[in-house]
Amino acid sequence: MRRTRLCMEKMLASRALVRGLQSGFWRRVSTSSAAWAAHTHDVDVVDCSVPQYNNRLDTPLPDVPFVRNLSAEQKKLKEKEKGSWTQLTKEEKLALYRLTHELSFAEMRQGSKEWMTVLGGVFIFLGFTGLLVLWQRIYVYGDVPATLSPESVAQQTQRMIDMRVNPVHGFANKWDYEKKQWK
Amino acid sequence: MISAAVLRGIGSLTRARAAFTAPLAVRCYSHAKVETDEEFDSRWVTYFSKPDLDAWELRKGMNTLIGYDLVPEPKILDSALRACRRLNDLASAIRILEAVKDKSGPHKEIYPYVIQELNPTLQELGISTPEELGIDKI
Repeated sequence: MRRTRLCMEKMLASRALVRGLQSGFWRRVSTSSAAWAAHTHDVDVVDCSVPQYNNRLDTPLPDVPFVRNLSAEQKKLKEKEKGSWTQLTKEEKLALYRLTHELSFAEMRQGSKEWMTVLGGVFIFLGFTGLLVLWQRIYVYGDVPATLSPESVAQQTQRMIDMRVNPVHGFANKWDYEKKQWK
Repeated sequence: MISAAVLRGIGSLTRARAAFTAPLAVRCYSHAKVETDEEFDSRWVTYFSKPDLDAWELRKGMNTLIGYDLVPEPKILDSALRACRRLNDLASAIRILEAVKDKSGPHKEIYPYVIQELNPTLQELGISTPEELGIDKI
């Protein structure tokens, strides 16, 4: 009876410890990532229940602008956008474009040099494997059978000639039996 | 000795052969009316010309239009650019021009033509082309 009570207390204590850890630790992590999620770019926690920004060639106008939380300066620029666009300088127009879009079409279309890295890595590992295989050939494999020595092969060839192996089109056909040499 | 039934059968065959020389104009195509190019264009011009078009409708219209297998006519784009002006959205206007250039693919002569046609509107509304802003290059 006493043992089971002690056991229960230990269990409850450990569970409370875990719960405390969970609420303290996870709560801190979740609030900070909620704060980060106000940016629409490069977040670990992405809210998939609301429209997201995307760079796509076939969807030129994304669902939400790239930068959602505007600084005071950016808000002023947005106000200026409501007036005539002929008043905007090139830099301002570019700034407005970059507020709404992360990548331009040219930037979306550009490739990268990653394939060179990938190919290089593949070759490096293939080369390393080759070295391992070479080491294995030299240090792990035993001797080759005696029947592959030149003397043994000569005896074997002579036997094949004597047996007239493939005499019509093949092996023995190529041996000149009068002159005792290969044709 | 050919039986009467066989004769009757042959007779029906020869009669049926005459029916195969019916006019070739009757084909098995769909009976739906095909929309002409002008109807398509005017439909889209009307869509973007709605005075109280909201931002969602502009985005939806533009994304749908870019999804089609064609480059939109300058008059449709003019209507869309004016809609951007009503919504105070310069970035979308520039994006539309970029999308048109991308849509023309290997046909490099389409985009300069479109810009040439849209030039009065671009000047009037103060929309810079992507080339003027330098975003057509990396």
